[in-house]
Amino acid sequence: MMLPAVSVSAAVFSPKTFTLDNGLQVVVIENHRAPIVMQMLWYRVGAADEEPGESGLAHFLEHLLFKGTKTVKPGEFSRTIARIGGRDNAFTSYDFTAYFQRVAAHELETIMRLEADRMQNLVLTDEVVLPERDVVLEERRSRTDNSPAAQLREQVRRALYLNHPYGRPVIGWMSEIQQLTTENALAFYRKHYAPNNAMLIIAGDTTLEKVRALAEKYYGPIPRRAVPERVRPKEPPHRAARRVVLENERVTLPAWSRTHLAPSYGADEKGTGYALEVLAQVLGGGSTSRLYRKLVIERGIASNAGAWYSGDGLDYGEFGIYASPKAGGDIDALEKAVLEELAAAIKEGFKPADIDRAKRLMSAQAIYARDGIRAGPNSIGQAFTQGQTITDVEEWPERISAVTPEQVMAAAKAVIKRESSVTSILLPEAAK
Amino acid sequence: MNIFRIVPNLIPGFVIAAVAVGILAPVKTLHAMDIRKVVSDKGIVAWFVPDTSVPLVAMSFAFRNAGSATDPDGKEGLAAMSSALLDEGAGELKSQAFQRALEEIAAQMSFSAGRDTFTGALRTLTAERAKAFDLLRLALNAPRFDDVPVKRIQSQMLASLRQQSKNPRKISGRLWSETVFPGHPYSKPSGGTEKTVATLTADDMKSFIRERFSRDRLIIGVVGDISEEELKQRLDSVFGDLPAQGPKFAIPEIKPAGGGKTLIVRKQIPQSIVVLGHAGLKRADPDWYAALLVTRIFGGGGLSSRLYAEIREKRGLAYSVYAYLSPMEHSALLAGGVATQNARTAESLSVIRAEWRKVAEQGITAKELEIAKTYMNGSFPLRLGSSRGIANMLVGIQISDLGMDYIKQRPSLIDSISLDDANRVAKRLYNADDLTVVIVGDPKGIDEKR
Repeated sequence: MMLPAVSVSAAVFSPKTFTLDNGLQVVVIENHRAPIVMQMLWYRVGAADEEPGESGLAHFLEHLLFKGTKTVKPGEFSRTIARIGGRDNAFTSYDFTAYFQRVAAHELETIMRLEADRMQNLVLTDEVVLPERDVVLEERRSRTDNSPAAQLREQVRRALYLNHPYGRPVIGWMSEIQQLTTENALAFYRKHYAPNNAMLIIAGDTTLEKVRALAEKYYGPIPRRAVPERVRPKEPPHRAARRVVLENERVTLPAWSRTHLAPSYGADEKGTGYALEVLAQVLGGGSTSRLYRKLVIERGIASNAGAWYSGDGLDYGEFGIYASPKAGGDIDALEKAVLEELAAAIKEGFKPADIDRAKRLMSAQAIYARDGIRAGPNSIGQAFTQGQTITDVEEWPERISAVTPEQVMAAAKAVIKRESSVTSILLPEAAK
Repeated sequence: MNIFRIVPNLIPGFVIAAVAVGILAPVKTLHAMDIRKVVSDKGIVAWFVPDTSVPLVAMSFAFRNAGSATDPDGKEGLAAMSSALLDEGAGELKSQAFQRALEEIAAQMSFSAGRDTFTGALRTLTAERAKAFDLLRLALNAPRFDDVPVKRIQSQMLASLRQQSKNPRKISGRLWSETVFPGHPYSKPSGGTEKTVATLTADDMKSFIRERFSRDRLIIGVVGDISEEELKQRLDSVFGDLPAQGPKFAIPEIKPAGGGKTLIVRKQIPQSIVVLGHAGLKRADPDWYAALLVTRIFGGGGLSSRLYAEIREKRGLAYSVYAYLSPMEHSALLAGGVATQNARTAESLSVIRAEWRKVAEQGITAKELEIAKTYMNGSFPLRLGSSRGIANMLVGIQISDLGMDYIKQRPSLIDSISLDDANRVAKRLYNADDLTVVIVGDPKGIDEKR
């Protein structure tokens, strides 16, 4: 049985979608501006789906998907993409693992054949897996161990999540990466990589008919498989504010931040995410925002200040506030000033004109997002893997426009609570 | 779902090394691109690609001989600081008012100081183009440089410089530049030093733009939903009142120095950062395309170079390893880099040296050359997916003076390189004994050679 393609509302990317019999959902975003095409394959598995003690396995497996199949030799995947003038890569987060290639439009079949092949035919041996584990250890040294700020961010996550696996680093703990084996990787692959646990997105200079034919041919024969429910441990009530401090001789500029546990778009039916997005913009998005204006421009106590909302998680989101003191400035005085301004903002509310400007700015991003072929597959793939729908993506600008000042203030009061926060402080090493 | 924000906590699978292989690698499919040369009434020239598929306009521009290399002695950081202040108030609009005006119309304006050029970009919704172009006119013609934003940006730059002084990557880059370009403007940090930035004033920035924002230096690329006639008027309004000419800043030619040196900055960090390289080829060199192909094969971006295979795939020595050509206005480099745990840094370095020697002595294979050619010719359209990508390309072609028909000719320039050409150039270009190596970290078993 083949269902007709459904045209989703035409607000931003105007995607079309259909589902193969094996459960693979396929999305096509036509864009004929340049003769190029992009394939993205999103799996609903990420670091938050790992078992305790196996941190880093989802990311490690992502590296290993380039190590060959029954018919493609190790490294041949990327060499083939290079030979046809393409780019390929992949990335892993808590809730997803995604693979992509961008090639000239007439090479679409090549990349669909290769990507479908490694959905079911991966071959791993210690000979290729063990050197790649060393590569990941070097990656961890580059990203985290060589950087005091990155080390602190890792500690903040550990402190923020009392129970949920979002508290682990995506790349994994050094000691656990070192223990990962070929067998671990293959077991994880067999458990999570299945057509009914993935979304295939093709964007660019192609048509629904072409994609449908190629998807049937290459992805269609892959059998559906049982995949685990994504039920992760929940956060218990947060009752005590936490504080983490890292001192390092390589820090010259102290930094202060406070991260709050918040609802995510996908996990919150009330739509708090939209209000938090507007709040982050008007409170701390750029140099006209409230915190920047008060702390950097008017009081001159900070060299930088702002706020952010990360609402894409399947289970939870985060709302953060940050500031750095002026050169030579005192971190305690800065913290006091930030908290004063935050309290004042929540007490006084924001000017309607400021909220309108923030909303307009964000809605306009929908037009800029159409300038290029990457934003569509990225947004839709993230939505799919993180509890949202294509309609949520297409209606995002409208829903942002509909946020009221009252909703912004209600969201602020619900989320900015000390007891569900981690305050982090990065300091130069104290004089000995 | 926030459409435009980058996902936090996302670990990209691979670092795509910053492969500065010149600016371009165009291709057959580009023939159809409708590039027009637009000349305004006041004589402003822009290359323009009309495109109505998305209701926006993107413009990129550059002033030549206006980058950080032109910073006067003792005023290092001037180009960078000026670039940070152009959108901090202009005309009647003070800093906050200017920023708010940009936000009201969701226009994106940016400025950046490169080594040789000062660049800018504007992206606006078609519906808001009148206001957006006018804000750009103000920023370029009447920036205010008010005391308060000047002090604020200055203090942010100072804080950033202090932070960089402890950052291993910055330390290695800085020492590398000083070693290969001793005493030359290219050796000077483009962001300045704490000492110089602290002394920069509004007057310095005013004379910076007066002397450098001149029409004879200007190069423009525009893409998007605007008519040619209207574009001419906008060009006149934004750029037409700039001075016709400005003083030339003489930057001497320099051949990279330091050959054979190995310098180590000892830091107690788990992974050593290695930067290495020697003289490269300038963009106008007749051997450019052969060098581009060889360097792509040797250490180019993506997941298939010789260095990638030897260092990463076979030995697991690094997450990222690369080599690239870096042509400049007054010099040229062939440079590379790797980051490896201290205990195995010596091994990484010795593998890279051996590969460096091997490509010079034994050259590349016919098959490698063939693959590199199809890559070079096949990958170009990938840069044309967005208005900004195309606008930047239009500027790049003009800066390197490649001609309006360059896009058509490029594939045959690539295809015409023979294996003999490539191997002759590999021998000419790659010289393992001439490598200057800078290491920051605590590498074991490597001695300094000064």
